[in-house]
Amino acid sequence: MSSVIQVQGLTKKFGQQFTAVNDLSFSVNKGDVYGFLGQNGAGKSTTIRMLLSLIEPTAGDIEIFGLPLSANRSAIMQKVGAVIEKPAMYEYLTAYQNLKIFSALSGVSKKRQQLLHELEVVGLATRAHDLVRTFSQGMKQRLAIAMAMVNDPELILLDEPTNGLDPQGIADIRNLILSLSRNQGKTVLVSSHLLSEIEQVATRLIIIDKGCKLVEGDSKELFDTSKTVVSIQTLDNKQASELLLQSNWAAQLLLNRTSDKEIFIQLDEKHLPSLHKNLVEMGVGVLSVKPMHSLEDYFLQITSTQKYV
Amino acid sequence: MFSLVQVELYKIFKRPRTYIAFGAVAALIGIIQFGLKLDGKSYLDFMLNDLSSSLEIDGKILNGYLVCYVMLQLLLVHVPLLIALIAADMISGEANMGTLRLLLIKPYSRTTLLLAKFIAAIIYTLMLLVWLAILALFGSMLLFGTDDMFLLKTSYVVLLKESDVFWRYIGAFGFAALAMTTVASLGFFLSVFAENSIGPIVATMSVIVFFTILSTLNIPIFNIIKPYLFTTHMIGWKEFFDIKVNDSNEAIIGSIQNPDKIIKAALVLFVHTIGFFVATVLVFRKKDILS
Repeated sequence: MSSVIQVQGLTKKFGQQFTAVNDLSFSVNKGDVYGFLGQNGAGKSTTIRMLLSLIEPTAGDIEIFGLPLSANRSAIMQKVGAVIEKPAMYEYLTAYQNLKIFSALSGVSKKRQQLLHELEVVGLATRAHDLVRTFSQGMKQRLAIAMAMVNDPELILLDEPTNGLDPQGIADIRNLILSLSRNQGKTVLVSSHLLSEIEQVATRLIIIDKGCKLVEGDSKELFDTSKTVVSIQTLDNKQASELLLQSNWAAQLLLNRTSDKEIFIQLDEKHLPSLHKNLVEMGVGVLSVKPMHSLEDYFLQITSTQKYV
Repeated sequence: MFSLVQVELYKIFKRPRTYIAFGAVAALIGIIQFGLKLDGKSYLDFMLNDLSSSLEIDGKILNGYLVCYVMLQLLLVHVPLLIALIAADMISGEANMGTLRLLLIKPYSRTTLLLAKFIAAIIYTLMLLVWLAILALFGSMLLFGTDDMFLLKTSYVVLLKESDVFWRYIGAFGFAALAMTTVASLGFFLSVFAENSIGPIVATMSVIVFFTILSTLNIPIFNIIKPYLFTTHMIGWKEFFDIKVNDSNEAIIGSIQNPDKIIKAALVLFVHTIGFFVATVLVFRKKDILS
């Protein structure tokens, strides 16, 4: 499968002290929905800005569509669309006027009806001629996506596209990403600090922390539910640990992470009801049995077994 | 490039702020014309007080040409602020709105984008001066009529024949356009460093005020730098209204007393304009866009 983005040893230092991105390498294949995960301040936005040549890397190479970015910026940007952090647009203009401007700037001459149709696709048909300053955050986000798509790009970079959206808005963006990938064959790189968002759409993903790559791979493998880490809290964790050690669950107990406060066990998610039932049968006072799905949990899970790469 | 300039002009003229400058110019000119129309005689009496005993003047002194000259003297000092309102906002305003990053991911180089923005800022500047010319010159010619132009300078008087005036205004407005373009390029340059509009606008005016003070100070130590300050040459348009005299002390129609002074002033302003733009490009090409 051909690489759409190829990044090697990417580094960005701000001043002498702060390294925002440190020797980062990854690749995005054609047709991927590539999840770019990391906590706030992990270096996601800096990396995306370097991919868009908004920030100059201190070191490293970026190739997009097989071409070095620094020498082929204009040719590459003709095939790229992006929404970067919070949606930005001319608030003193209408949605239609904004779209018209960015259509012209992309070198695409679109007729009025085409532009109105694109606003209809993102659900803004009835507000096409209203000033953007009257729009909600969700409407601005949808307009930003329409603006990013106006040149029919092959590669779409979405930096935290669901920030500030309500649950319906988040679902809409998720469906849009899936539709872009599955129905239109676009390559999408989407960043987020929420694992739950990425795991629903990403085919491949990278997790970064403090500017370094933590893990990269196929999301099916990384989110393998047969190896889910479960956190257990009981009335007496010490006693519960001892009972589990004497049971059939002993091999799955993560002793290196288990403490008096919390017990960790790795299992296939489909065995969760059995675990719960066994604990009760053993007379353990169960307070909670929680599969770890948050990014923070996931970080704990992989940092306990992997080093930074 | 043409479509980029078009987009920039579209954005400029869709902003209500743009029309503040045009409104302010119209209001100021209207007030001056109204005042002179109503009480021009008192103004002339006051102006010619010292000369009335030694000089007999016939004809219509308070005519459109004189009124326009009076207005240019007053307004061309303040127009830089109106220019800075737009020029100093060209990049910083986009950074403030967050739209700069959207522009910079389009398939144009940063230099091309800057050039388009710069051309748009210059077009706005020229349009403001054309508006000023229409109201101050043509408006005054309509309201006050035309005649010979009598100018009272610091130590002498200038009398220009009616037929010898209009071309001088074309030259004066052309020169003013160059001076205001320099102001626009300064505002444009300062705009690169900020992510809000107020900073560069205030900084542009501060630089102009600071250099104007240096230009007018009569302290010998500053005389070395004065010829190189653009503010020294911003009032160069007045040179178009100084006429040469022959050996019989008669005015030579169609002449300018110091054409070299105008050329030198224009050159200094032009070099500053280019210098500011090149500096803008050099800074902006390497700038990380974090807004």
